[in-house]
Amino acid sequence: MLDEPRVQATPLDEESVRRIVREEIERAMKRDPAARKACIIASKGTLDWAYPPFILSAAAAAAGMDASVFFTFYGLSLITKDYARRAKVSPTGNPAMPMPVPVADVFAGMPGMKAVATSMMRAMFRRKNVASIGELIDAARDAGVRLVACQMTMDVFGYRPSDFIEGVEFGGAAAFLNEARRAHVTLFI
Amino acid sequence: MAHVNEDRLLDARGLLCPMPVVKAAKEIKGLAPGQVLKVIATDRGAIADFPAWAEATGNALLEWREEEGSLAFWFRKGEEE
Repeated sequence: MLDEPRVQATPLDEESVRRIVREEIERAMKRDPAARKACIIASKGTLDWAYPPFILSAAAAAAGMDASVFFTFYGLSLITKDYARRAKVSPTGNPAMPMPVPVADVFAGMPGMKAVATSMMRAMFRRKNVASIGELIDAARDAGVRLVACQMTMDVFGYRPSDFIEGVEFGGAAAFLNEARRAHVTLFI
Repeated sequence: MAHVNEDRLLDARGLLCPMPVVKAAKEIKGLAPGQVLKVIATDRGAIADFPAWAEATGNALLEWREEEGSLAFWFRKGEEE
């Protein structure tokens, strides 16, 4: 038998065990790669709904997260080449939209109202100095946000890869889910 | 807290969320760990956003205060991951 020196083990009290467990969990959570990953779905194509996916993904990338946005259905239009120029916002069915004068719901759908609402929103955002959609897309791409177009919706709506801005990737539901299951931040916009 | 001398200054006045954080992230890339970035901003949201950004990135927010009608933040760059 080896003649090793005997180590006198001190029995841990419950408080110490709890403290050690708490510290180990905290350490593990800091290492958790899912805490550094954000997967966002952008499903809407109007100007008002164009802001959140780009604002959040750019902020995530700025915080050192690996961020991607999956564009599906009407959201696909956000990454088309002429989106910044064509984007519209609709006052129809949107009672929360602030208007300079109250507009009855029945008038909201009249010809010209969409143009009024759109130029109003653009002016309001510009006046407050919010970055434009074009600037936000540049900021997001510059910060390393991955932009993924839904291949199925492209086929349905008749988009070609050349309709999209540079750097867009293509994928489907399974590709999104495979990333999203590794991310703590997943948002459907 | 004693006055901190910054190695670089970022003027983010007039910018709104998320641009102050986006610009700060870009700017601090050019610094070495231990160097200090000062950011001046006017977006009141930055008061909540910059501490959160600092926590997420491991850059230490040394101090912030109101300065000549703007908000000033000092970050010490953390170790690169």
